[in-house]
Amino acid sequence: MFNSYDSNTLKYDPRLCINCGMCSKVCPHGVFNTSGKVAQLVNPKACMECGACQLNCPTKAIKVDSGVGCASAMIWAAVRGQKEATCGCGSSCDSKPEILQIGKKES
Amino acid sequence: MKNLSGTITKEIDIKSTSGDITFANRMDHFMARLGVNRNGHLIAPGLYALGKPAKDSPVFASANYTLSFDALRSALSGIDAYILVLDTRGINVWCAAGKGTFGTDEIVRRIETVKLHDVVSHRILIVPQLGATGVSAQEVRARSGFKLEFGPVRASDLPEYLKTHQATEEMRRVRFTLLDRIVLIPVEMNYILIPMLIVSVILSLVGSYTAAAAAITVILSGVVLFPILLPWIPTTDFSTKGFIIGGLMALSFAMNAFYGMMSEALWLRSGWALTYMLTMPPVTAFLALNFTGSTTFTSVIGVKREIFTYVPKMAWMFGIGIILVIVLSLLKISGGM
Ligand code: SF4
Ligand code: SF4
Repeated sequence: MFNSYDSNTLKYDPRLCINCGMCSKVCPHGVFNTSGKVAQLVNPKACMECGACQLNCPTKAIKVDSGVGCASAMIWAAVRGQKEATCGCGSSCDSKPEILQIGKKES
Repeated sequence: MKNLSGTITKEIDIKSTSGDITFANRMDHFMARLGVNRNGHLIAPGLYALGKPAKDSPVFASANYTLSFDALRSALSGIDAYILVLDTRGINVWCAAGKGTFGTDEIVRRIETVKLHDVVSHRILIVPQLGATGVSAQEVRARSGFKLEFGPVRASDLPEYLKTHQATEEMRRVRFTLLDRIVLIPVEMNYILIPMLIVSVILSLVGSYTAAAAAITVILSGVVLFPILLPWIPTTDFSTKGFIIGGLMALSFAMNAFYGMMSEALWLRSGWALTYMLTMPPVTAFLALNFTGSTTFTSVIGVKREIFTYVPKMAWMFGIGIILVIVLSLLKISGGM
């Protein structure tokens, strides 16, 4: 079956890494592991392209096309003829805080 | 304005707050979760004193969305601390970070306006991990002197985090549990309820009650059933998951049409059955695809691929289905059938 999430735009150049540990701290999906000599891409497919690692890597070892991974925002952008989707903050943004902040520890 | 611990000069505006969640707060959270008054759940940006903080007390950054702020202060209840509330226009931390309002510039500006340098003696600011999408720790440090510490994803893990200032793997991960998905349903429903009622009233007036029931079924499948069943539906793409759910629903309507009009000709029964199979699944699939915005894991490129792969197919299927409905209805009206 066709899988749209099979690959993504995350690119990492280990030669630039100084192993500061930032990427594994900011990533919400455990994509990087920094317990070795340099950071390792341990789960690249889990990347949601949020851009946090790219923004916080001091040596620019990480590149990713980040943006709003939200279908309704992108569909509307396509309809309006815009290239970049901006988060319209519809229902999805209202609903995120529970997951992110109030959400109790899951078992 | 309070003169806290006698250490702060009076010109600095520090609002006081507590770790208690009142009944009014709960009502506000309830309304926010229902999606009522979407832009009204905000508090004033600035510096808040929680308990009786001193010069060496920790400082936490938050969004000016009541749900974000209240989650933080209730998690910190019993701890003396400062909360630096950024102006995110009433949007939660993660979405605001994606938009850049919970961002480097706003943090630096807010640190200056509240004169954080004078309020505390240390130079550490604890930021929720999901704020990292909009905040560059190096840049904030270079511009303000404050070293950022990315705390855990969930505020509820903060007391544990504060013991060592190290977050465990578990605290760093975003999850998407059944409960997380269920809380989303009311908000999603709030957006679709009125259109759904209008469509079903029109359908029962001009068409049939069955058509109205079909419309309600596909919409509810898309916004209620789909989020609940998400991880258990085979396939990875949201659209195909939606097609599966919608298809199963359509099947029952198609069977009903096929076996419910035994007196009609076979081709006519098949035709009506086919209209359900064509019109229902794409609607559920579309609603399912829309749900990617609420999830915590879909990548931008993946969603883009889904849109290009499936949206045209949805449109064609639905369009052909509607044409078939019209043709069959005209045949019925013109009599003889
Ligand atoms: S943030 Fe950059 S430099 Fe630091 S560990 Fe990750 S890849 Fe290496
Ligand atoms: S873009 Fe986001 S999800 Fe992807 S690796 Fe970086 S921090 Fe993790």
